[in-house]
Amino acid sequence: MSDVTLVDLCILACSEAFRNNGEVIATGVGPVPRLAAGLAKLTHSPELMMTDGEAYLVEQPVPLGPRKYDDRKPAGYLPFSRFFDSAVWTGRRHAMVTPTQLDRFGQINLSYMGGTHRQPKTQMLGVRGFPGNTIYHPNSFFFPAHSPRVFVPDVDMISGVGYNPAKHVAGGNFSAVDLRTIVTNLCVMDFGGPNHAIRVISLHPGVSFDEVQAATGFPLHKADTITETPLPSSEALAVIASLDPHGIRSGVIKDNPFALRAAS
Amino acid sequence: MTLDKRMSATEVVAGLADGMTLGIGGWGPRRKPMALVREILRSDLKDLTVVAYGGADVGMLCAAGKVRKLVFAFVSLDAIPLEPWFRKAREAGTLEVLEVDEGMFQWGLKAAAFQLPFLPTRVGLGTDLAELGGLNTVRSPYDDGETLIAMPALKLDAALIHVNRSDWRGNVQAFGPDVYYDEWFAKAAAKSFVSCEELVDRMEDHYPDNAQANIFERCFVSGVVHMPCGAHPSSMPPHYGWDMKALKAYADAARDPGDWAAVKDRFVGATEAEYLATFGGKEAVAALPLPIF
Repeated sequence: MSDVTLVDLCILACSEAFRNNGEVIATGVGPVPRLAAGLAKLTHSPELMMTDGEAYLVEQPVPLGPRKYDDRKPAGYLPFSRFFDSAVWTGRRHAMVTPTQLDRFGQINLSYMGGTHRQPKTQMLGVRGFPGNTIYHPNSFFFPAHSPRVFVPDVDMISGVGYNPAKHVAGGNFSAVDLRTIVTNLCVMDFGGPNHAIRVISLHPGVSFDEVQAATGFPLHKADTITETPLPSSEALAVIASLDPHGIRSGVIKDNPFALRAAS
Repeated sequence: MTLDKRMSATEVVAGLADGMTLGIGGWGPRRKPMALVREILRSDLKDLTVVAYGGADVGMLCAAGKVRKLVFAFVSLDAIPLEPWFRKAREAGTLEVLEVDEGMFQWGLKAAAFQLPFLPTRVGLGTDLAELGGLNTVRSPYDDGETLIAMPALKLDAALIHVNRSDWRGNVQAFGPDVYYDEWFAKAAAKSFVSCEELVDRMEDHYPDNAQANIFERCFVSGVVHMPCGAHPSSMPPHYGWDMKALKAYADAARDPGDWAAVKDRFVGATEAEYLATFGGKEAVAALPLPIF
């Protein structure tokens, strides 16, 4: 198994976030989260629902990349025009996304960095649907390059709700704020520390906690037992390959390394 | 009263005024009334407040200095995630903005459509949106006493929308997998102007079987412009996909030469016919493949 790539290990780790979610829309934004949602649906969690990336619900996850326009087989319909009514504001969704920054409270930023809101140094996408996603349904995260530029003490703009008590205004209902899993190229983390603090729950093969801490801009907690992130089985690898026939995932993590560092 | 609402793009723009709040339908690089936007770019109209799920429409209007204030949740060209002309305007600090979540945005359109001052929502709490946007909260008058954000109505002086078909009276039909929030732009606006790929005299004489595609009623339509390829370079399924080559050229021009005045002729043209000719004419647009996600 020494030729397993790190990206495939990450896809398996991400797919675990979608286990036992029930009949919810699994949205994976970007190649790794999308492949992870597909892998989850085709292996342990067939009850998951997902779209073709546009407007139709499919029971067979749509592969990445070029294919015939009508290859999808719609089983249902979930256009943007009713996305908030059906998926987000009803809480029937779990999204896995890659924001630009994530801070010690799990607050995320996709809007701008540096400067002021009136005149940002770097304008990014805008908050998109993050404020609604984070207050209504579970969210998980994937980062291909774990670094202090991503994991910052405080985000430049709070685009998504986290567990910062100072931002939970009195009388507001934050009961559905549910940040689940963070998968990076180094480790898997969750929000299971004291007061939802971020903690490391598994390290990828050959990675130390200290290495993860050094790449993080705030103190991390440790799970009681930190395990080694498992390698995908040959069955899982075959499913991943079938969902990514053009190998788009090979470009996600710099240099597309092997999962086992000694093998690279 | 005549029910013949046909007009030219020039007449639509002549009916708009400096300082107006203008809603633009579509989503990112999809279903955008770009021909009407280009007509604005050929005009002297200025100081607009633009309300849009933004794509190149917002980027171009910002680049041309037409926008005083922008209401947005994102501005993106999808395969080109960051809209470079919008970024330039933001980073120059020239725009007043109201940044909201995508769901809050449509909620604000619905508040306007229903003639309400606001609609309550949980969305935005716990983020920086309320403070940055000056959004206030309300308290539920019932036993729960919940604190909610009062999303203000996004009242539009005018909305621009591109549809697949219309008749002279403004009976529209919209196809494609997703029509986004075009219905709510139409209903939030004092006047809506619709451009269409196909124009017929009486819808019932031509396409009675497609009446379910009538996503908003003709009382919400003030003017109809026949504008084949009117969404180019955005996508208009099932007629054509987006023109990624054109969008890339447009995006690249933000860096080199980086000056809108130098490239405006190319991306706006003196007339719509001239513009379309630059990109290969109607045949080339019709041949653009639908995007695959």
